[in-house]
Amino acid sequence: MVDPDVSQYCLRLGDDALVLAQRLCEWAARSPQLEEDVALMNLALDLLGQSRSLLTLAGAREGAGRDEDDLAFLRDEPDFVNAQLVELENGDFGRTMAKQLLVSAYALPLWQALCGSTDADLAAIAGKAVKEVAYHLDHARSWVVRLGDGTEESHLRMQKGLDEVWPYAFELFESDPLLDRLVARGVAADPAALQPFWRSCVEEVLAEATLSVPSTDWRPSGGRRGTHTESFGYLLAEMQHLHRSHPGVSW
Amino acid sequence: MDERRFQQIVDGDGRIEPRDEMPDGYRKTLIRQIAQHAHSEIIGMQPEGNWITRAPSLRRKAILVAKVQDEAGHGLYLYGAAETLGADRDELLDMLHSGRQKYSTIFNYPTVSWADVAAIGWLVDGAAIMNQVPLTRCSSGPYARAMIRVCKEESFHQRQGFEAMTVLANGSPAQRRMAQDALDRWWWPSLRMFGPSDDNSPNSAQSMAWGIKRFSNDELRQRFVDATVPQAEHLGLTVPDPDLRLDAATGHHVFGEIDWTEFFEVMKGNGPCNRQRLERRVTAHEEGAWVREAAAAYASKQAAREVAA
Ligand SMILES: [Fe+2]
Ligand SMILES: [Fe+2]
Repeated sequence: MVDPDVSQYCLRLGDDALVLAQRLCEWAARSPQLEEDVALMNLALDLLGQSRSLLTLAGAREGAGRDEDDLAFLRDEPDFVNAQLVELENGDFGRTMAKQLLVSAYALPLWQALCGSTDADLAAIAGKAVKEVAYHLDHARSWVVRLGDGTEESHLRMQKGLDEVWPYAFELFESDPLLDRLVARGVAADPAALQPFWRSCVEEVLAEATLSVPSTDWRPSGGRRGTHTESFGYLLAEMQHLHRSHPGVSW
Repeated sequence: MDERRFQQIVDGDGRIEPRDEMPDGYRKTLIRQIAQHAHSEIIGMQPEGNWITRAPSLRRKAILVAKVQDEAGHGLYLYGAAETLGADRDELLDMLHSGRQKYSTIFNYPTVSWADVAAIGWLVDGAAIMNQVPLTRCSSGPYARAMIRVCKEESFHQRQGFEAMTVLANGSPAQRRMAQDALDRWWWPSLRMFGPSDDNSPNSAQSMAWGIKRFSNDELRQRFVDATVPQAEHLGLTVPDPDLRLDAATGHHVFGEIDWTEFFEVMKGNGPCNRQRLERRVTAHEEGAWVREAAAAYASKQAAREVAA
């Protein structure tokens, strides 16, 4: 069933999951303790699974015969429509957890809403994703609290990491004509409706963590239109080079 | 302690549990062996982790992430098993970081192509299974139980590695070349994973008497060669050993001389990646210190709050 709007929406969701997973993969064998090596790979695996289902669905709704790998490995930077937040470099563990908190507090109400999507395939993906992101949110919450309310050093680092990624969160709640059409059809979640949960959840965590809510008005944006940060080209180069070096083969 | 009772349990194929009496040497040997096994699991995440961000398909990426996650889990159960015998994980990690305890020499070889990931699954996990399956029946309860969990996952890794190798061996000329090159580089180091020959392995006899070891290094190596050579033939790849032949009389493969000089050099720290592997491990540990300290500080604040409340 060809449906360009749904295809593009799945691409946004799939790119968010894929790019965030790729960043988490960079933590392999580098984490602060063994339990986190397990946990971070677990998060990456969930997100990779989500991205594979979403990109497959995006390809099916596009109707041009592209599969998950064509979409992941053979698109160029301007064709990726993930939010900039997910592509930001990891930084230290505190910054990574800040990013995970901001993304997961958005992803939970998003997937909850999509469980009721009028697109049955998307609703099925949501049913699985919602359980996964609930864990991701718990994981991020528990680290942000421990780091914020841990030592003096961890408090400073956690606040700094949060301040750095915070402005990028607001792109997640932007609307555009595509979303307006899909919300009207009952396919997509209305991003504005996700923000109240996000706000209260994040503010509650930050209060418990003794961290302050960053107060900048700077709101970088553009990922959904294919505009990305400088570091994103390196991420794609690393992810895509092997696949592109051997066109057309199986792996 | 009653050494006779201990030996009776061991000889009767029973399990020694942490609360049972055991000779000091037995406990120490076990802790060292389990710790070195745990170290191998966590250092082993690096050579394959090296390809996670570059995996050529999303399916392969997911398989590899899951595998690296399993290895971290194996490290966790094994450090846990060592702790039941009275060791402390942080102290064991210090021994790894300071070079006082070793990990398997195999992980000091580089993964320079994607085929190395496949070759590691096929050969290195394959060799690990040969070594570890007998350990599921070893005399130590905690070690045997850890090995049962670990072996299930290792055999999954081995099958996935062989499957990935099959795709490469049947792929484009470049993929075939990659596969053959990986076999060329990983074959001999994999045979050395079983350790020195029996006449050159001073601790083997004691470990056998203690029921920690069931088969000699050479027996296990022979089993591995006999199992793996037909797989290489099935893939249409050439095992890099001109002396390799099947002895029709015994049904076993006869293979060439193993270069033990290289083994001992890598053991001493002079392999291609010894320095990088340890450096990476120590850096991760040091860079994570503030996180672990914060978690500990938060936990004690919470405990104090609970007392106050
Ligand atoms: Fe393992
Ligand atoms: Fe393994």
